[in-house]
Amino acid sequence: MLNDRRGRIRAEANRLSEFFIAQGALPVEAASLQPAEILLDLYGEDIRARAFVTHDAHNGEQMLRPDFTVPVVQMHMDEGAEPARYTYCGPVWRKQEASSDRASEYLQVGFEVFDRSDPAASDAEVFALFAELLNPLKLRAATGDLGILMAAVSGLATLNSRKAALKRHIWRPARFRQLLDRYSGKSPVPASRAALLQALNNQSAEDVIAGQGTHVGLRSPVEIANRVQALADDAAADHISGSEVALLNDILNLREKSTIALDRLRDIEVDMPAIGPALDRFAARLDALAARGVDVDALDFEGSYGRTSLEYYDGFVFGFYAEARADLPVIASGGRYDAMTAVLGRGRSIPAVGGVIRPEFILAMQEGA
Amino acid sequence: MAIKLGIPSKGRLQDKTFDWFKARGVDLSRSTSAREYAGAVLGIDGVELVLLSAGEIPRELGAGRIHLGVTGTDLVRENTPLWRQSCAELTLMGFGHADLVIAVPNVWVDVDTLDDLDAAAARFRADHGFRLRIATKYHSLVRDFLQAKGVADYQLVDSQGATEGTVKNLTAEAIADITSTGDTLRANHLKMLSDGVIHRSQAALFLSKTASLNSDETQSLNQVLAALEISA
Repeated sequence: MLNDRRGRIRAEANRLSEFFIAQGALPVEAASLQPAEILLDLYGEDIRARAFVTHDAHNGEQMLRPDFTVPVVQMHMDEGAEPARYTYCGPVWRKQEASSDRASEYLQVGFEVFDRSDPAASDAEVFALFAELLNPLKLRAATGDLGILMAAVSGLATLNSRKAALKRHIWRPARFRQLLDRYSGKSPVPASRAALLQALNNQSAEDVIAGQGTHVGLRSPVEIANRVQALADDAAADHISGSEVALLNDILNLREKSTIALDRLRDIEVDMPAIGPALDRFAARLDALAARGVDVDALDFEGSYGRTSLEYYDGFVFGFYAEARADLPVIASGGRYDAMTAVLGRGRSIPAVGGVIRPEFILAMQEGA
Repeated sequence: MAIKLGIPSKGRLQDKTFDWFKARGVDLSRSTSAREYAGAVLGIDGVELVLLSAGEIPRELGAGRIHLGVTGTDLVRENTPLWRQSCAELTLMGFGHADLVIAVPNVWVDVDTLDDLDAAAARFRADHGFRLRIATKYHSLVRDFLQAKGVADYQLVDSQGATEGTVKNLTAEAIADITSTGDTLRANHLKMLSDGVIHRSQAALFLSKTASLNSDETQSLNQVLAALEISA
């Protein structure tokens, strides 16, 4: 008999798929080749390092789908009835790291919920189904909530431009930290910026720009002057206070069991009331998880979880890990991505949460290889 | 069979390569016809000189079709995926210096650092509805650099030549290109970012890790390396 590993992975994928169908999910398909422009607009040029790009004279650039989320969201926004539960099963393609021996083509089985009625219940539904499926493998679940972090940033007593810049870089922790250091006065103003601000003392922004000679490029003198004004406003504004930075750090560094994490965050809320509504959603989710039989007293919560994923998660996030198998990456992961539906929905949006499983890793655990 | 040494097929890079080897007692000679892209290494048996476009030498090294090659460190990094697995950089040669830099219009008085570029890109996208365009032919190097630095909301547009002109032609807002003196940038009303040096390039001698060697060829290779006082 052939050692038909691909066949066994496919059979495992089918089993997972049938589980989601039995839970009421509608099976959907997506094209393997996706328009590159949409993915590039969502993820930026960084996606090129992760996804395979095809070129042809007629269609221009397309990408072998790096995930199903984007096409499934688009399909739902274009033609889906609400509420909806979808499942899919098929290959995705990702370029792998230099030294990695991981496959660049692999099967993904996913489950996505589009439902406005009760987001906390939808979060719990998705997590509990994944937990049930994966229960025999004794995995460790990690969870987080990017919504709390975003609420904390929104609540800072500082310029809206700074909050927007911090939120834009929530998914790039190093850049986020750099911005926070500058806004809090921890790192110095770059010399070139100081010189520009100095020049503005006796010249208008327009004069400074005109003084540079010939204008080239699409970015107009007005756009440049607007940003110069923004820099001047920023320089005139107070630093983000040390106590606010400390609160933000407390959230980012938080690692606790979920119920204790909620208590800690409620303590932080006393000094940072803006996170209150996000904490109410967190509390409602824990109740909904408990109602589905998840032991929330034992469920790990990390304040920074989900910040380095490529995905567009902006609320609840989760991942399942095989602690005894350091060679395996995350076995299953998912989260809430309401903001992405707004971007792809061109003005419309819908609360959405979902996750994916890698059947080959489940097989690897079952077979011990 | 002889081992193959690939060197640039023309220009100052070739002249300086000849000089560099000669200064180390290794005489390279072109075949008598100046139009024939071949030559020999005098004094060492079993070494064939192959004249190639500097841009193709990385690919030939990676594929193992030449054993040694002289080209720019920028070209190897850009054109050979996982270049450290397929090539070894034996020695820098001290000529062909050029920096791969990010440059923006002089009139962008608000932009001097990558941090500024990132912030300007966010506003540009909001104002124009598309991501700020950076023209380059060094796609991998530029993308890896900007990703590591956390710059977002830009796109790379391909430019294989006269890249400095793309900004005036309104096909890009900024560029990433090789410069040695900065003269061409200045002539096109562009300036470098103060922290925008992506790679400081120069000519280097590379050894292919993928080219096969029999015992004679190994001996020839060792003779070349010994003459150049390189331990590989």
